Amino acid sequence: MKRFAVIVFPGSNCDHDAYHVINSMDNTSVNFIWHKESTLDDYDVIIVPGGFSYGDYLRAGAIARFSPIMKAVIEESKKGKQIIGICNGFQILIECGLLPGALITNKNIKFLSKPVFLNVVNNKTSFTHLLNNGDIISMPIAHKQGNYIADESTLKELEENSQIAFKYHNDNPNGSLLDIAGIFNKQKNVLGMMPHPERASDQNLGSNDGFKIFESILES
Amino acid sequence: MKAKIYITYKDGILDPQGKTVGGALNSIGLSNIDNVTIGKFIEMDFDQKISIDEAKKIAEESCEKLLANPNTEKFHYEILDTE
Repeated sequence: MKRFAVIVFPGSNCDHDAYHVINSMDNTSVNFIWHKESTLDDYDVIIVPGGFSYGDYLRAGAIARFSPIMKAVIEESKKGKQIIGICNGFQILIECGLLPGALITNKNIKFLSKPVFLNVVNNKTSFTHLLNNGDIISMPIAHKQGNYIADESTLKELEENSQIAFKYHNDNPNGSLLDIAGIFNKQKNVLGMMPHPERASDQNLGSNDGFKIFESILES
Repeated sequence: MKAKIYITYKDGILDPQGKTVGGALNSIGLSNIDNVTIGKFIEMDFDQKISIDEAKKIAEESCEKLLANPNTEKFHYEILDTE
């Protein structure tokens, strides 16, 4: 039995999708956790969902990182608990320093909402072990600030430590350096990704490739 | 006491908005513009009791902790004595 927490900020809008996917799996429990809460002791996995926390004011994720719950997220990350930030969740994890680099406005300035293909780059982690390296998987993106940038030394470190989880396959939609779509922290217990696995967890909705990530988490 | 805070992209960070607006200015016949960048302008009013140094400290800390992203943005500010 794994206990999942889905963090809810004012402006989160993928929280219910994530909840729905986890709730549909056996051997899980899942709860919404309001961002004003200050502890996550009772959970094994923390999902920081997509949306527009605080209206994306100032910079996407910049204000959410100061919500009380983020202190708990950082604490639990140090204990090695699994944390996945999706889209706005990825932006928040970057703003709070759990993941390196920055996510800036897409190179064509547009909000992009469409399915993309990803290459699986590192399957030796608790988030990706049910996938194979080189697998091409499909899931939607829906963002305006998903253009991943980092300085040369950070990019080198990401490559050397196998911290790149997913890269855009063929067509890089937003201008991300090295075609990066998702990265791990050094310890591989934190994953941030712009594409939405929770929106690709049911074949009736076009793809269930994202479900493999949630299954991997559950079976790790 | 008031702070005027300016936040702009660091050199080398792609600024697609600035580029697009620069192109538009060019296309309406305004020439000799080398480069346009778009940033943020923030005004902050302070409690009247504080000194210029205290105001500077608050403006600096605000930029470092929240207003600017050190990975991509630089900032500067002016403190105005509005008395």
